[in-house]
Amino acid sequence: MRLRRTAGRIAFGILVLGIVVYAVFPFYWAIVTSLKAGSALFTVEAWPSQPSLDNYRAIFSQQPFGRNILNSLGVSLSVVALSLGLAVAAAYALGRVRFRGRTLLLLVVLGVSMFPQVAVLSGLFELVRWLGLYNRMGSLVLSYMIFTLPFTVWVLTTFMRELPKELEEAAMVDGASPFVIVTRVFLPLMGPALAATGLLAFIAAWNEFLFALTFTLTDEARTVPVAIALMSGASQYELPWGQIMAASVVVTVPLIALVLVFQRRIVSGLTAGAVKG
Amino acid sequence: MTGARASGLKTSDLTRQRRRSAWLFLLPMLVVLAAVAGWPLVRTVYYSFTDATLATLDAYARVGLDNYLWLMRDPVWWRAVWNTVLFTVVSVSLETALGLVVALTLNAHLPGRGLLRAAVLIPWAIPTVVSAQMWGWMFHDLYGVVNAALLGIGVIAQPQAWTADPNLALPVVIAVDVWKSTPFMALLILAALQMLPQDIYEAARVDGVHPVKVFFRITLPLIRPALMVAVLFRTLDALRVFDLMYVLTGNSRSTMSMSVYARQYLIDFQDVGYGSAAATLLVLILALATVAAITLGRVRFEAGR
Repeated sequence: MRLRRTAGRIAFGILVLGIVVYAVFPFYWAIVTSLKAGSALFTVEAWPSQPSLDNYRAIFSQQPFGRNILNSLGVSLSVVALSLGLAVAAAYALGRVRFRGRTLLLLVVLGVSMFPQVAVLSGLFELVRWLGLYNRMGSLVLSYMIFTLPFTVWVLTTFMRELPKELEEAAMVDGASPFVIVTRVFLPLMGPALAATGLLAFIAAWNEFLFALTFTLTDEARTVPVAIALMSGASQYELPWGQIMAASVVVTVPLIALVLVFQRRIVSGLTAGAVKG
Repeated sequence: MTGARASGLKTSDLTRQRRRSAWLFLLPMLVVLAAVAGWPLVRTVYYSFTDATLATLDAYARVGLDNYLWLMRDPVWWRAVWNTVLFTVVSVSLETALGLVVALTLNAHLPGRGLLRAAVLIPWAIPTVVSAQMWGWMFHDLYGVVNAALLGIGVIAQPQAWTADPNLALPVVIAVDVWKSTPFMALLILAALQMLPQDIYEAARVDGVHPVKVFFRITLPLIRPALMVAVLFRTLDALRVFDLMYVLTGNSRSTMSMSVYARQYLIDFQDVGYGSAAATLLVLILALATVAAITLGRVRFEAGR
């Protein structure tokens, strides 16, 4: 009996170790590759014998990668601010007020989150050109609403619905308008929910590829994912793998840090959006 | 209409006022969604019946069903449909199975759980484009670590051109997606597992029921609703896949998905009419999949609760 238990524990340990290695190895390998300069790139070794930061210098000097990061940051932060603002207002209406068509509206919002991006591409392209936003960040902030708004609205509505009724009633007795109720009564209570949904919206905007690829043209206007996907070296036949991996590490480290710090919030945000949704 | 009621006249006034402001609060969100989702979708469907090109978006002729008829006769389109369906079925099945294993492991009260959860979150946090590049490099035909490792242990006799070989490219894309998306599955399943009532498990243990039987008779039926929602979400995501194929294998026919096909016509070939027809069919397929999942799989959304 005891033997079986020990064997079970060892098997479990191996399983855990296997999962950890499987999950982490590609990222580890990207770090190793990014530290290899010149022909060291073409040898397979667990740790570079002469680690060098050449690739990291190159992405900021030979490529406009600093600019790309700023673009991505600007777009993602604007997307978060805009979608949270719109979603808080909408969530108040959908979560606290009973009116006809509420369920239908929620289902429409959910339906939008299932749209394939390519299905709105030609219409959005037309809109972007008409607004004069082609090759500008505004086109991305606008188009990203299609995937951040539905889930921010959905999660915040679920959250608003759970808040106690008495809070609102007390404010209404005092003659507070709906605007005051939302900004003064509910908003201060929504910190955790806003943090979780904001973080998820940020990650979604930071990672988006299809719209960014289509609505930007020049190297300087690109966001990080497009820059990484289209990075090219001196000759068009040879991809600068060392630089690609360096860029990948640079944009992934902050994301991983964010995710590890906010693990619990992210998990609760994801599950509120999906399982309850 | 509520004014006719004799009692509660004041409340109904208040209710009406609240309803009016509710619509006011909804308006900005609805306008934005209509601008970025509703209107563009209408335009895409409309363009699919025209011969519009990207350069002449406002000068086009209506061509009826021509685009759809051409689409039906294009073997490349059918290849894209087949690739997408195969990709979806295989990767979602693998992700569900692996996700269950990871979630059950995370749910076991044993040391190393925190480390495991942190590690599992990493693939989820990495942008799809970045993970495609990372794996593209690992699968590199000349300098990739996968070839080196497999040659080392003698599984393959010579280096494989993983992403260029038409027989291997789609399996590689699926492998990368499984790595990237299993964490999402695992987290959703874990959330369901943690809401299960513990007393059933106590009872099963007292009765000496075998753990495997406990899993299939108790755990699986209880988490089924949450599992179905997770599977539906992943399926819809997989059916519209774009980034992975585009970055790993470009517009190669051996892996091309419906989204890649539609975008190639819309943007690269500037044939907006034809590309829109392909995009419209993709929407229809997604809608069908959703309806099928909700009726057959009895997926329930707690919408107007």
